[in-house]
Amino acid sequence: MTATIRTQAGQPTGPNRSDTPAIELVGVAKEYHSHGDVVAAVKGVDLAIGEGEFFSMLGPSGCGKTTTMRMIAGFEDPTRGSVFLHGEEVTGVAPNKRDVNMVFQSYALFPHMSVFENVAFGLKRKNVASPEIRQRVAEMLAIVDLTGREKRQPRELSGGQQQRVALARALVNRPRALLLDEPLGALDLKLRQHMQVELKRIQREVGVTFVYVTHDQNEALTMSDRIAVMNDGSIEHLGTPREIYEHPATKFVAGFIGTSNLLGGAVSALDNGRAVITFGPGERIVVPLPRNGVRPGQNLELTVRPEKIDITTAEPAAGDRSIVRGVVTEVVYLGTSTNYNVRTSAGSEVVVFDQNASNADFVAVRGDHVYLSWNPQHSYAIGDR
Amino acid sequence: MTTTLSTPTGADLEPTTRRRRRRLGDRLLFAYTWLIILWLCVPIAVMILFGFNDTKGRYNTTFQGLTLKWYGRLFEIPALTDALANSLIIAVLNTLIAGTLGTLVGLALGRYRFRGDGTTNLVMFAVISAPELVMGASLLSLFVASGVGLGIPTILIAHVMFSISFVAVVVRSRVLTLDRYIEEAARDLGAGPWTAFRLVTFPMIFPAVLSGGLLAFVLSIDDFVITNFTAGTTQTFPLWIYGATRVGLPPQVNVMGTLIFAVGLLIAAGNVIAARRRPSSAR
Repeated sequence: MTATIRTQAGQPTGPNRSDTPAIELVGVAKEYHSHGDVVAAVKGVDLAIGEGEFFSMLGPSGCGKTTTMRMIAGFEDPTRGSVFLHGEEVTGVAPNKRDVNMVFQSYALFPHMSVFENVAFGLKRKNVASPEIRQRVAEMLAIVDLTGREKRQPRELSGGQQQRVALARALVNRPRALLLDEPLGALDLKLRQHMQVELKRIQREVGVTFVYVTHDQNEALTMSDRIAVMNDGSIEHLGTPREIYEHPATKFVAGFIGTSNLLGGAVSALDNGRAVITFGPGERIVVPLPRNGVRPGQNLELTVRPEKIDITTAEPAAGDRSIVRGVVTEVVYLGTSTNYNVRTSAGSEVVVFDQNASNADFVAVRGDHVYLSWNPQHSYAIGDR
Repeated sequence: MTTTLSTPTGADLEPTTRRRRRRLGDRLLFAYTWLIILWLCVPIAVMILFGFNDTKGRYNTTFQGLTLKWYGRLFEIPALTDALANSLIIAVLNTLIAGTLGTLVGLALGRYRFRGDGTTNLVMFAVISAPELVMGASLLSLFVASGVGLGIPTILIAHVMFSISFVAVVVRSRVLTLDRYIEEAARDLGAGPWTAFRLVTFPMIFPAVLSGGLLAFVLSIDDFVITNFTAGTTQTFPLWIYGATRVGLPPQVNVMGTLIFAVGLLIAAGNVIAARRRPSSAR
């Protein structure tokens, strides 16, 4: 569904509208003035979201993701840059004149209206004939599984049901894009996971572009076609969930998505497109060279995912693997896997996930000396941007 | 009963004793509650009762038998009728003007950050807490200094001035409890600013607007101090009553008081019933 795969570096291609993105941001920045200071909430974002794409903006609170979404919806005007919806510039256009709808984190249902009146609100504003309103509201309530609740007041519904009313209220207008601002944030874990699957199903059914703002990396990884990881007002990495997880572009992305182990050291040699870092006897880290290259003697930081690391008490066969020694500081049994915290001989803390595949005992206990090893292909040198 | 009261802790009490003590506590609370209600109601009851008093002299202070004649002769004292009419005109206009302006101030203070919002807020509370005597006296000097003739317009200006604050404070506290995204949701769904206000914001703040308006009406209709300073020769209901106390209050005053009270009671009851019906009508 990613009709337009453009990274943050990609510039819009002008009047060529054959593959017009549903939403396009060009150099969008937002600054606030607070007590005489200028605070930059969004620092120049370039973004193209394809038709029918499930696109997530992921980042910690204050990273600018919600401000970016509010600029798409029209609740904030960018200080610089332009917003395009289907190739048409909408910068400065009022929110009620934009063909996008939003689902708010607090749902923002109209408390004095019934479920039907809530969902029909947008259609009434467009002067849709009332038989059609009734039909479309009924259809939409069926999609979100709320048929029969038309006459209820929002406060009589559970959180999950209110959430689905908010979704129906936005989708019934058949917007060109649906903007969702942490819509599952107020639900408990079980319901949240259920709604993740539901949202994905609804998006497939109605085929509308979804722009999804969240700080929950699992949510973003589960549902998205592409994810923009934001930090401090800029996009740090834009890519598919797999790209972002497997090849995080920056240290921030590596740390924010999943658990990452950061290791580092001075490069002792270059070998066949890879950097080699050696420590004590039998210990060495091999890592593919970063894009901008590195010279022997330079410090290099790299990341390895915890599930890629093997933990053994016996020294692994040297071969081609990276090998580090350490002492187990903590063992946490998690049912499907066991987590080992290991302090390496160089002093780094490393987390290892070991699948509990067989009924074998723990590989090691606290205080054991262990070897950590992994395939160099599973580790990535990271830059600081 | 004295033995139960002198027992220091409940732990070593027999279950029956403990139950009896709780029953005694319940009874005391019950009696106390009704005493308070009675105490609050006695002056009103006396006012209503003496409206039915078949008094012969000029003083309506001793009960001399029941009659309904004062209800029939309600508008027999032209000066009192005029005073009541003035009070009602002022109170209704004040409710409309202060209700509208106060609602707008309350909305602005509750919803937006703007230059001078803190000062405005402070002024609102300052007006509420300022002694009426000071406000009345300063309003009088203001009107006299600017050469405005005293009368209904000056009373109205004064009443609107002090009522706005009460309406604004009530509406503001309601606005602060609202989710501001609800209004944005209306805009997002295609409503322009005015439609969003009419269909979404106003219905949500309406209970506060209503309470604020009632407050403005009540404050206006029985205001004495500020009115006395700003009335000139115009008579209002409270001013007339104050003047009449020296020569004896006619029972018509009690009847008018009773009727005003009855209307207030009806509005309050209507409000309660409407509030009860709102959730049930949803089902």
